[in-house]
Amino acid sequence: MKDLISITDLTTEALQGLIDKAQDLIADPGKYCEKCKGKKLATLFFEPSTRTRLSFEAAMLELGGSVLGFSEAGSSSASKGESVADTAQTISCYADIIAMRHPKEGAPLVAAQAACVPVINAGDGGHNHPTQTLTDLLTIYREKGRLTKLKIGFCGDLKFGRTVHSLITAMARYQGNSFVLISPEELRVPGYIRKDTLDRNGLSYKETDNWNDMPDLDILYMTRVQRERFFNEADYLRLRDAFILTTDRLADAKGELCILHPLPRVNEIERAVDRDERAAYFRQVLNGKYIRMALILKLLGID
Amino acid sequence: MTIDSIRNGIVLDHIEAGKSMEIYRVLELSKLDCSVAIIKNAVSKKAGHKDIIKIDALIDINLDVLGYIDPGITVNVVKDGHISEKRKLSLPETVTGVIKCRNPRCITSAEQELSHVFRLSDRARGVYRCIYCESKAGTEA
Repeated sequence: MKDLISITDLTTEALQGLIDKAQDLIADPGKYCEKCKGKKLATLFFEPSTRTRLSFEAAMLELGGSVLGFSEAGSSSASKGESVADTAQTISCYADIIAMRHPKEGAPLVAAQAACVPVINAGDGGHNHPTQTLTDLLTIYREKGRLTKLKIGFCGDLKFGRTVHSLITAMARYQGNSFVLISPEELRVPGYIRKDTLDRNGLSYKETDNWNDMPDLDILYMTRVQRERFFNEADYLRLRDAFILTTDRLADAKGELCILHPLPRVNEIERAVDRDERAAYFRQVLNGKYIRMALILKLLGID
Repeated sequence: MTIDSIRNGIVLDHIEAGKSMEIYRVLELSKLDCSVAIIKNAVSKKAGHKDIIKIDALIDINLDVLGYIDPGITVNVVKDGHISEKRKLSLPETVTGVIKCRNPRCITSAEQELSHVFRLSDRARGVYRCIYCESKAGTEA
């Protein structure tokens, strides 16, 4: 595997390999602190994303490598009209590996076809964001000790949330998982996720517009309702406030529930929930760095 | 109506009635110097009606494109007045430069020089998806 463009590029065995490597990185960081000495990561961010970019950069720095790049299209040659393929081919001459975020869907694949070094998709519009899914999977594995036989609730914007679609697709590959899809009617998962992923694989799932299934959940994956998806401010505000996780809501949840969120949040998780041990979303951020370290090592062919 | 039979060339037979002009356009047959005959609504024992295209030269045909437009077509290669080869078509794995991705968020919408490439994602239903954004062929996004 040269690049990571979609989470489906990884077999379940390759995925487990990354999780195992991340666990080893956490257990013995000293072993890895110079593994990427002399290697350079280029972060090509054609749209801003502080969190993902810094996570990639921190990952490379902790491996002893160095980083270069840009954080918005305006400071790249894209503003002069250069194609993605030409940019990728050029950067291949300077860096050993590329992490790219781009507002257009499929841009990282174009880069991967042109570059002679590995390309990681760090988010392409509303399409794919595989390193977020890897982060989610590592977090579930570390929190629950397994990726099988889990009842996973997804809550919030299930229509536009690409992290939701990718995680459903990834968790659908493991035995015995079932899904509770909690959202307002307007923000239900798209038909193709229901038909092509859930129905076709005969998976157990339930769509609902209330919290009644909370006591049965092993994982609760909260998402933000994104203002930019709405034309009408009133609709946005109504839907944004439809599902807010509070400490009261968690009263009848399992003691070992694991609450995830890809962050940033707006108001969908009350701040008081942060103090609950079941809130795993800041541990999730840290896991994002470790899994990116494991991915960089794998794509550079470093053990 | 009589059309001269060809000695060396290609006959595209069993074209779904009404699709011959689309094939003529996509295969760019107008650029050929040789005779090209398009027969529309010929009587067919199997389908009732069919179209036929006769090309009076042995040219390379893009079978992938043809298979995508109509996998039921038979390609007959004629040499010295006899059919020397019959090729059956099937849905190709990828189609390049035939289907246009209509998703405005796809990279192909921003970079005009990129080829539009679609991959077969569901053979049973004949569904093709853009390799870049995964939009279904023929849909807006």
